[in-house]
Amino acid sequence: MLVEAGIPPTPVPLLDVRGVSKSFPGVTALNEIGFALAAGEVHALLGENGAGKSTLLKILSGAQYQDSGTIKFAGKLLGRESPLERQRLGIVTVYQEFNLMPNLSVAENILIGREPTKFRFVDWKAMYRKAHEVAQRLDLMVDPRTPVAALSVAEQQLVEIAKAINLQAKLIILDEPTAALSNREVAHLHKLVQALKRQNIAFIYVTHRLDEVPAICDRFTVLRDGKFTGSGDPRHCAPDDIIRMMVGRDLEPSSTRRLAVQRSSETVLQVVNFTRTKKLPSAPAIMLRSMSLELRRGEILGLAGLVGAGRTELVRAIFGIDPIESGQLFLDGKAILIRSPRDAVRRGIAMVPEDRKKQGLFLNQSIRHNLSVSNLPKLFHLKYFVDRGAENRLIERFRQSLQIRMPSSETPVRTLSGGNQQKIILARCLALSPKILLVDEPTRGIDVGAKAEVHNLLRQLAATGTAVLVISSELPELLSLCSRIYTVKEGRITGQMAVEEASEEKLMTLMTLAPSERHTHAVID
Amino acid sequence: MLTITQAGEQSTSPTKKVELIAIFEKFGVFLFLLLLIAFFQLQNERFLSIRNILNILSDVSIYGILSVGMTFVILTSGIDLSIGSLLAFGSMCGAVAVKSWPGLSATGFSWLVALGISLTVGSAAGYLQGKAITRLRVPAFIVTLGGMTLWRGATLMLSNGSPVSGFDNSYRWWGRGDVLGLPSLVLVSMIVASLGLIILRYTCFGRHVYAVGDNPEAARLSGLDVDGILITVYAIMGCLTGLAGFILSARLSSAEAVAGEGYELRVIASVVIGGTSLFGGLGGIIGTIVGTLLIGVLLNGLVIMNVSAYSQQVIIGIIIVLAVAFDTFAKSRRGRAVGK
Repeated sequence: MLVEAGIPPTPVPLLDVRGVSKSFPGVTALNEIGFALAAGEVHALLGENGAGKSTLLKILSGAQYQDSGTIKFAGKLLGRESPLERQRLGIVTVYQEFNLMPNLSVAENILIGREPTKFRFVDWKAMYRKAHEVAQRLDLMVDPRTPVAALSVAEQQLVEIAKAINLQAKLIILDEPTAALSNREVAHLHKLVQALKRQNIAFIYVTHRLDEVPAICDRFTVLRDGKFTGSGDPRHCAPDDIIRMMVGRDLEPSSTRRLAVQRSSETVLQVVNFTRTKKLPSAPAIMLRSMSLELRRGEILGLAGLVGAGRTELVRAIFGIDPIESGQLFLDGKAILIRSPRDAVRRGIAMVPEDRKKQGLFLNQSIRHNLSVSNLPKLFHLKYFVDRGAENRLIERFRQSLQIRMPSSETPVRTLSGGNQQKIILARCLALSPKILLVDEPTRGIDVGAKAEVHNLLRQLAATGTAVLVISSELPELLSLCSRIYTVKEGRITGQMAVEEASEEKLMTLMTLAPSERHTHAVID
Repeated sequence: MLTITQAGEQSTSPTKKVELIAIFEKFGVFLFLLLLIAFFQLQNERFLSIRNILNILSDVSIYGILSVGMTFVILTSGIDLSIGSLLAFGSMCGAVAVKSWPGLSATGFSWLVALGISLTVGSAAGYLQGKAITRLRVPAFIVTLGGMTLWRGATLMLSNGSPVSGFDNSYRWWGRGDVLGLPSLVLVSMIVASLGLIILRYTCFGRHVYAVGDNPEAARLSGLDVDGILITVYAIMGCLTGLAGFILSARLSSAEAVAGEGYELRVIASVVIGGTSLFGGLGGIIGTIVGTLLIGVLLNGLVIMNVSAYSQQVIIGIIIVLAVAFDTFAKSRRGRAVGK
């Protein structure tokens, strides 16, 4: 089943990992892992969350050390170098959460620690010139004087890669680089990786998006439960086989389009002409230009668009997080005003935010606290006190129905896996029995198994009559989940279609090519 | 992959050494308190006499009342520097009112008037500061730093700088009386601490305080009234400050314009030593009680050992820095467990 063909390993691999094991008391995180990587090779590292990818990355970057086994890099045996020393050797890791200084300029971030100097003072001219050169190599079209905070996620990622290139990296480890990117940005990143690969830079590419693996990776290695379960050439290996290596079982095909699409005509929520043209103090300047949509009872509605197109901003405005300048909202036909998330929750609207850790969870608090926080007013007795019994029943109900795997309800949520964390947030929303559920990127960064569970959950929820609005950067996800899809581009709704008429190409066209500004009338449904 | 760490990896990543740290994190301050008590007892056998114990408890009571309020504030990752000045202002308002009401002393209810005014003034001031913090979006540090000067100035204006003294017995009972041998102010601080404990542990509001402190953005998106919670927390702090001011004036039998100077730092120190994180969301009343006792025991013991007042300050200062350093260390350890 494994295809050992593909690119033949060069005689002296750039990176040679042999028999690496790492255990923590009670668990073996990595068990005799071995793989090799040639210079200029893009190597995908795949596996579900908890498979050991993180541990392996940490060991490669020098944040942790293996218990046994050897790692050779460029022919040299690695010892106990610090992360900084490993960087000097040429191993640079770009984590999903960037290590950038948001208030410093692009140039300062790229050249940090190796600023050009003149008479011991920073030579700003040379600095901006150098940064500009590196940025141009990456097609990063920004002024090197811009503070990093003003850049988009994709641009910040390019700054990280520019930093790596400036460090003369021979091996760049990308940890889920495309999780937060839109398709256009992903394509740009892929092109960039290909270009750098030709300059003999190797990549370890961790991703959950299997569709991109054959597109840019030369080889892949799969881990499961800390063990090596397979490797090969992605172009000669069916995705289903890779998934089987990752999960150790066959998944129910996630592409089965919704079993029974609820065709309801009853409009629950109507958004009319939401407009905001001024920049918010807190957020990047993303405008809403007269956006309208309607959400029906029992349907899953998709919102497709590139990151920064205004999809998240629209949902935030509906939920009362950010203000709008004009526009109306109708709930069950009645005009309502939502000024804060609290208003929204009171009206029976719940939201699963985009960034699990920053916007969703109370990381240091227990599962109990996290689960019942929105719902507490319903859980009190004697007016103010928490009803522990009712709370326990609530936790038990969701633990079972959502299959949340947890040691106990008092465990801090920071110790849970991403999939389980996402389920906690979903459970918190469901406990409110919402009429409307807004979900932003429901499966970002969670593993294949948990993803299928979240999808099923959303389908079940819609089947019971809840109206669900889903934002996702993954078009296949929207196509398999939703009954109708709106497309968004530059703060406008550029199209709307039933899923039967939709295809990735059609959506992509509306998301990227729909005419903007002057002649929109023709397109807006 | 960062978002998620392997459940297995973290629950087990602590090695033996780290587990010791976890135990120390939980009970360390308490153990340190016991060690201190044992040490001072060995130095002087009268240290643990009933008289000295009551002495210590009376000395820490006023700080204890304030520390309970400060625990709420710090749990929301806020800070209140104004309490020393507000304490003086609240008690001065009460005292001036009592003094300017002829014949009130004879009724035996002057304490009720003073207490009522002190509580009201304190709560109102705390509420206003909370409003400024949430509505004007000025950091708590700045608002209460302003408050620190403002309330002190207001107290001096009200009193012209001179103390107001001479209260009747019913008033003084709150600072000097006792119930079955237990000093009344110790009793009050115990009641306050118990209420604080119950509120934080068993009420929705208490849960919300932790939530807001841990992640205000998530709290807002979960539909909590974050601003309302913060304002309430600062009002509680103000109310307890008023209570502490009233009791201090009863204890000294005088409302002083300079009362409470420097209290804010000792109170913040007690809370932080007690393990409540300055980053918010972690900690609680039990720790605060231990922290408050620890400073009280240390000062009392050092006095008994004839350590000079100057050296005492040095020792307290070192302990505060060590406690906060430990808090930061524990936080980075937690952070690493999440794989940041």
